[in-house]
Amino acid sequence: MYATRARQGRPEPFAVHPGIAERLGLPYMDGALALSGIALAVFSVFTLSQATLHDVPGDPYYFADRQGIYAALGIVGMYLLTRIDYSRFRELRVGIYTFLCVSISLVFVFGFAARGSRRSFELPFFSFQPSELGKLLLVLALAGFVIDGARSGSERQRTVRYLCLGLAPAALVFLQPDLGTALVFGAITLAVMYVGGVRWTHFAAIGAALVAVTAIVLVAAPAVGTPILKGYQAERLTSFLNPSADPSDAGYQQNQAKIAIGSGEKTGRGDRATQTRLDFVPERHTDFIFAVIGERYGFIGAALVLSLYALLIWRALRIVTLSKNSYGTLVAGGIAAMLLFQVFVNVGMNLGIMPITGIPLPLMSYGGSSVLATFLAIGVLQSIHMQARLSQKGRFAW
Amino acid sequence: MTNRLALRIALFGGVAVVLFGVLFFRLWLLQVLDGEKYLAEAKNNRTRSYRVSAPRGEILDRNGKVLVGNRTSLALQVNPRKLPEDPVQRRAELSQLAELTHSTLRRVRKTMHEELKLAPAAPVTLRRDVGHFLVYYLQENQDRFPGVETQRVFVRDYPDGTLTAHILGTVGEIEKEQLKEPRFRGLQPGDEVGQSGVEDTYDRFLRGQPGLTRVQVDAFGEPTPNGRLIAKPPAPGDSLKLSIDEKVQAAGEAALSERGLPGGFITMDVHTGEILGLGSFPTFEPALFTRPLTQKQVDDTYLNPAAPLVDRAAAGLYPTGSTFKLITAIAALESGKLSLGEVIDDPGVLEIGGQEFKNAGEAANGAVSLVQALEVSSDVFFYTLGYRMWNTGELQHWAHALGIGRPTGIDLPIEDETLLPSQHWRNQLYKEGGTERPWSAGDNVQLATGQGDLQTNPLQMAIAYATLANGGTVVTPHVGKEIDDPAGRVLREFNPKPRRHIHIDPEYRAAILEGLHDAAQNGGGTSFDVFGDFPIPVAGKTGTAQRPPHADQSWYGVLAPYPNPRIVTFVTMEEGGFGAESAAPAAKKILEAYFAGRLSKEAGSAGGEG
Repeated sequence: MYATRARQGRPEPFAVHPGIAERLGLPYMDGALALSGIALAVFSVFTLSQATLHDVPGDPYYFADRQGIYAALGIVGMYLLTRIDYSRFRELRVGIYTFLCVSISLVFVFGFAARGSRRSFELPFFSFQPSELGKLLLVLALAGFVIDGARSGSERQRTVRYLCLGLAPAALVFLQPDLGTALVFGAITLAVMYVGGVRWTHFAAIGAALVAVTAIVLVAAPAVGTPILKGYQAERLTSFLNPSADPSDAGYQQNQAKIAIGSGEKTGRGDRATQTRLDFVPERHTDFIFAVIGERYGFIGAALVLSLYALLIWRALRIVTLSKNSYGTLVAGGIAAMLLFQVFVNVGMNLGIMPITGIPLPLMSYGGSSVLATFLAIGVLQSIHMQARLSQKGRFAW
Repeated sequence: MTNRLALRIALFGGVAVVLFGVLFFRLWLLQVLDGEKYLAEAKNNRTRSYRVSAPRGEILDRNGKVLVGNRTSLALQVNPRKLPEDPVQRRAELSQLAELTHSTLRRVRKTMHEELKLAPAAPVTLRRDVGHFLVYYLQENQDRFPGVETQRVFVRDYPDGTLTAHILGTVGEIEKEQLKEPRFRGLQPGDEVGQSGVEDTYDRFLRGQPGLTRVQVDAFGEPTPNGRLIAKPPAPGDSLKLSIDEKVQAAGEAALSERGLPGGFITMDVHTGEILGLGSFPTFEPALFTRPLTQKQVDDTYLNPAAPLVDRAAAGLYPTGSTFKLITAIAALESGKLSLGEVIDDPGVLEIGGQEFKNAGEAANGAVSLVQALEVSSDVFFYTLGYRMWNTGELQHWAHALGIGRPTGIDLPIEDETLLPSQHWRNQLYKEGGTERPWSAGDNVQLATGQGDLQTNPLQMAIAYATLANGGTVVTPHVGKEIDDPAGRVLREFNPKPRRHIHIDPEYRAAILEGLHDAAQNGGGTSFDVFGDFPIPVAGKTGTAQRPPHADQSWYGVLAPYPNPRIVTFVTMEEGGFGAESAAPAAKKILEAYFAGRLSKEAGSAGGEG
């Protein structure tokens, strides 16, 4: 489409005949965004290949191989989404939202139970966790609802409607139970509303309600004997406040992660790492992979990873401002918030300043659903970027 | 984009910056500022390590026969966490244990204190290799001995008792001083290392790697359930194959003990320096050292005047008698003080400076050539040679070149204290007031026949004989042949380079060997009575060393087969009298064992013809 426009209009100074890069759309993509995502995935495969050699007997690269395949699929998915105009999702918002809620609900019926919670389907090649893709679907649908509902009802009604639309799937996920992903859904909802222009006073009210709910959930409800969170969930949420000495509880695990990262010092311990190699730190290939990086590769490695996330989120925020339409702004804002929230909560948990919530580190933590969903989210960002660039180009060419 | 939206997005960006700032700051705090603290915490992360001892490698003879193996035995251990908390009960139990293990309460407490410092949660070994009766007793009375456990440990096992004791040596707990040595780096008190013999020389191969069991413990020092983090299995030591031939060794030791006189023997390959047998009498049981010695055992070993721990073959200090004449002959011929055809008159006595030097038994041999002089062991002939070289240093030069009075390079922990008397040595001693007279012709005349101040041993003499036999290569004697891993694959072979090469004229070599052959197997030879009927041609020399106030010491050195010898055998027996009387028959038994295959074949064919 752009190529024909270039031919019909005034001669393009550089690409009269579109080259291969032009055909692939590369000049209109955000290179830094794509590269930071790919670099993180590569780092993840590298780390897994070193840190999980002995986890699966007889298959030293079990995790690394699979993560590599997921990342490759994700990158292909990212590219395909880049070439689709994201504005189509706005029209499909009801369908997307329905699919989101149904797929999460189906987990209760057909789901595969692991460690006491049903979160995923067993597919032939991997277990698919709908709530991971759900994060992106929620952004796409909710942004559509916000744009299209802009003129119906009072502001207060609208705020309540957005909240309900966002919190319904969050509640479903919470019931799986998967507290971490539910919190991500909540964060996405708030971010989309924020970028969508919901009044500050409403946010103040929501904030007050959140404080009240937290107090009830963590203090009041258990006190009257009707706990809302499961015991381990409450313990995880509060344990970072007092990293206890009891090796069996969550605070101990978090303390071990902190020791792991600290012991990496500036340059890391490499294969002499003990904390993450000798099972002191649990879930080292998923939730606590940042501790592995910290211990193995030291400040240099961990800061590099954090910098890549900073780059990723900076590019996402930049795309928020570039978008050619409000839908793109909202979607990009939601995705940026989703990434920021996950990175901060996961890394903060590893560093001992955030509670243990079971939120994976995007692109780093082992897991097909998460890696795939994150790359698709980046693909949507690319699509917004590309559409903005094309419309700019069109304007200049006119 | 509206201004309001721009503001919101700017705020969003601001929040992102702040959040990343928090993460970076926290990361920097943990890793750069407090990294050391966390590294230390990681290192002793509430884990305790137990060492699991590794079995030492086996020691085999050249044909793979096990000379030292391992057996498992029970060690008595105390788990300090399970001892009674009440100090009175605790004391009572420990003193009872001390009594049962023939120890004292103080020693038990000291052991526990030292080991607990190293491994705070690990059980303390009180005694290795406890008897089964004690174990049964403790098990039956478990309620009276809380915290007492037994564990299987590896103990050295010697299937043939005293066989090759001096070569094998002993193992024992590492001593405080040894812990500081670089070669024992990484070992801990209580670890076993070789303390003598090849157990010491080849310790680094035999030792193996202790395993490690790391156990995670909670704040109270109790292992947490499933707290076993890593079990590095112990790596058994590699086995050492010796060049020793068990049959030759056994024959030599039997020959010595039959005669019952203190002495030693060595059988060595003249070309490679591989030692096929090396033994000393009286001997000892290496197994004694696997558990603490009783006072009687200390008396019988360390304090015994017969010194069973001394290796008389490799570390003895004796004059050699006439076996030295081979060296005198080489020195005189090579330095031109004697020509091959020369005949010297032997009237039975030689007078030098008013002092008379007589033949043994005052025999007069008449005019003799070198070959005849060796055959009948004419002292006057060699006195004359010694006199010709008395102040030239040539005899010392050649004896030294052949390895007398200098370190041999053998792979056994032996300190060289041998002495080759020389003009320089005695004059220096005289100057310092250590002797009443300077070097005289008589000293060299004595040395020429292996008497006087000479202090050497069968090992050095065997090297000198081997050097003549192989035409001038001074070999490095060794008992270590190869290191095999526990699966039997050869890891490395030991072929130590010769110490040096010296030039010996082949004509001289042939003449001297002929003289030695005649001495052993010609009618008038000194050891004809012993070797006259030996079916394999040999070249052997008797020696009778005077060691007042002791009776004469018997020596015999023999090269076989003549004229191209493969092995040298040397035997000495303190107070054994003439060489042919004690040492030569013992040497014959060793050769019979070495040539057993060939001898039985010849005996069979001889019988068939008859």
